[in-house]
Amino acid sequence: MANKQCSVLLSVHPSRALVDEKFKVLVQNASPGAELTVHSHLLSEDKHNWEAFGHYICDSTGSVNLCEDLSLGGTYEGVEPMGLLWSLRPVPGSKPGLRLRKSNVETPLKVTVSVYQGHLTEGFPEHRALAAVLVERWYMAPGVQRIPVTEHNLTATLFLPPGPGPFPAVLDLWGGGGNLVEYRSSLLASHGFAALALDYLTNDLTITTGKMMKNDYFETAYKFLEQHPQIVGSRIAMWGLSLGTAMTLKMAAYSKVMKLRCAVCYSGSHIQPVNGSTEEILNNFLKNQDKTRINEKQEMIWHDLILPIPEDPALKVDMGRVQCPLLLVVGQDDQNWPAFVSAMDIKKMMEKAGNIHLLTLLVYPDTGHLIEPPYSPHTRASTFRSFESRELYTSLWGGQTVGHARAQEDSWRKSLMFLREHLYGRRKKSNL
Amino acid sequence: MASLITPLLSVAPTRALVDEKFKVRVKNLPAGLPFTLHSLHLSEDNDYWEAFGHYISNYNGTVCVSEHLSLGGTYTGKEPMGLLWSLRPVPGSRKGLRLRKKNVSSPLLYTISVYSGHLTEGFRDQAPLASVVTERWYMAPGVQRISIKENIVRGTMFLPPGPGPFPGLLDMWGGGGGLVEYRAAILASHGYAAFALEYINPGEMATAELEIEYFETAFNIVKDHPRVIPNKVGIFGLSFGATVAFYLASESNVVKPRCCVCINGHTIFSRGKSFAEQSGEMLRNAHLIRIDEDDNHMWRNLFLSRDNTLDMEKINCPVLLVCGEDDQNVPSVEIADDIERTMHAAGKGHLLTRINYPGAGHLIEVPYAPHFRVTAFMQSRTQKIMMLWGGQTKPHSDAQEDSWKKILDYLEHHLFSSPSLESKL
Repeated sequence: MANKQCSVLLSVHPSRALVDEKFKVLVQNASPGAELTVHSHLLSEDKHNWEAFGHYICDSTGSVNLCEDLSLGGTYEGVEPMGLLWSLRPVPGSKPGLRLRKSNVETPLKVTVSVYQGHLTEGFPEHRALAAVLVERWYMAPGVQRIPVTEHNLTATLFLPPGPGPFPAVLDLWGGGGNLVEYRSSLLASHGFAALALDYLTNDLTITTGKMMKNDYFETAYKFLEQHPQIVGSRIAMWGLSLGTAMTLKMAAYSKVMKLRCAVCYSGSHIQPVNGSTEEILNNFLKNQDKTRINEKQEMIWHDLILPIPEDPALKVDMGRVQCPLLLVVGQDDQNWPAFVSAMDIKKMMEKAGNIHLLTLLVYPDTGHLIEPPYSPHTRASTFRSFESRELYTSLWGGQTVGHARAQEDSWRKSLMFLREHLYGRRKKSNL
Repeated sequence: MASLITPLLSVAPTRALVDEKFKVRVKNLPAGLPFTLHSLHLSEDNDYWEAFGHYISNYNGTVCVSEHLSLGGTYTGKEPMGLLWSLRPVPGSRKGLRLRKKNVSSPLLYTISVYSGHLTEGFRDQAPLASVVTERWYMAPGVQRISIKENIVRGTMFLPPGPGPFPGLLDMWGGGGGLVEYRAAILASHGYAAFALEYINPGEMATAELEIEYFETAFNIVKDHPRVIPNKVGIFGLSFGATVAFYLASESNVVKPRCCVCINGHTIFSRGKSFAEQSGEMLRNAHLIRIDEDDNHMWRNLFLSRDNTLDMEKINCPVLLVCGEDDQNVPSVEIADDIERTMHAAGKGHLLTRINYPGAGHLIEVPYAPHFRVTAFMQSRTQKIMMLWGGQTKPHSDAQEDSWKKILDYLEHHLFSSPSLESKL
């Protein structure tokens, strides 16, 4: 071709966005019918390289539009506008068992989107891209305040939306991996909810005293929110995932202090010693270690540890006692917790108790345990440090990438709607 | 228990480039009541700027700025971006202010709020029902900002992200001087290696030793840059910058721009003289300057002369002329008419594209920038005057939005060549 100076135009719109917002990727000015690879690359905070790519054929105008055109191969196929994000995986040769999680929510994820000639599947760094742009993906909207909280021996971070408030609030709990994980809270604050990310396993008090936290720790966190001048005390919800769900269901059913407006429970179960402490709940897992299954890749399947579903009412949360709207989100391929069978049992219990109208159940096929914010890469298995034994395992979380990605997108949208309805809703209270 | 329910105010996207639109929406309001949407910006010079629109919430308790009508305020009607382009200094501010960002590596921050009722003042004395912050950026992520100082040529080069090479642009402003980077930054965000050129300090047009050769050198710095495609370098000029573009496109033997975008330029030029000397010549006609009842200077008659003008029939590249019909600084339309006549007579009419904007003034800027009818201008290093630029806010803002779209299309067409076969005849 005589004229090699034709510049391919690549644009990603918007170039700065929240992680749960969609973008439009457009390639223009290439040759009609040309084979192109659109590629994304991300360097994680722990310095690992993640990439995704799709194979396209330009149309007659020399363009590729990821919102409309088919990927014919790569890490995702079909019409997938966001495939460059949710199909991200560690580059070949990376350490096994990686998981992408942002620690510092005050800076964005930086993703480089590039276009290459031909249908490439590897060796991207050795090829020269035709064009590249940088895209920022943020967990925090401008104006959101990040406030570390250490009052009353809490180890937590409060995120406040911009504006005078007051705001409804969400108490946000993650699972058995511990640590203070902030990104879901910062995202919730970007959507108008004050959110408190709470560390309840590796918090300062537990580390210094060696004692695990009991119910009063969570109730202290609740009261902190209730009394906050910029928070509406009567509109506090809880959001849990995995072990966080176990805590949430317990507090929703048994706490005399917490008056939750609603609860969102991902990938968890109601099976636990009734109103047991955190320690007792974890021990329930530990004493059933022999029920661990290990697959051919040496990945741990902890799904069966607390099964079968007990008949004894002392061994599971009495779901009839829950008085607030409850959103349950479960993946049918969850290999870590028996979330799906637990959800079925919860449904039965609530039908029997007459409070089934409070339950919204979302069941997702091909979906695993780690149901994260939309467009997060899917982690089918990763290294997990057992909180109790401090040993390093590879835990099988489950899920198939495409189904799991759909579940993340759909459940997030529905969870936000659920929170908006119950925390922002102008409910007219009956005076009967 | 009476609980306060905050309305849900959202601006999407929360972070955007300055030329991108946003959607401002309020939900969860009581239905059918009056509300004011307000935007507030604190400039780098510590001046407050604001805009506001009056709305009535619909049956759903929603106000949607992109779809509903503003019934009053600094803008009326269906204006999705009114909260930005109708911005003006808050009451009590200094006179003649102009909003121009110096530091383009950080965003413009706007606080968008919703108030109860239809307010026209006293926004600071009332608590809003809700507010959010939105960022507006001149620089897309990955754009590089590089200070240039090559011999005497000074300025800032903005390179787009990616391997390149890129088409280039020499970006010039008016006779006000200084280093104005923001338009070059946003052009780089659209894929052009753009060089914001500094040629004089404010107020020094009449004294600086500035010759036309300076601009030829600057153009070649862009052309010779390792990440620039040498035969795809254009020129973007406003006012004095447009005049320089006219010269480089017609009479320069040293440079060959691929195309030019010229906003509200004049064609008065004396060959072989420095700009200081030319400035002096022009001010011998100072009696042609009109001063209105508010002491605002109207310079347009200074440029009506037909003496010492450039030979526009020598133009050798495509030129886009953008004219504000209410330009009070340069008689843009009359000059464009002359250029058009001259070029058509020389058989070069096909090179000219011209757009007139009724109601637009001299300072046709990037979309959604506030409109300035009059601002302070340094005529010399010690003499400050109030310069009348012209334009009415609404049509001027429409002109900014429309011309920018057309300019970007024009640049893309001329500087990003499509891979069509080029005849070898």
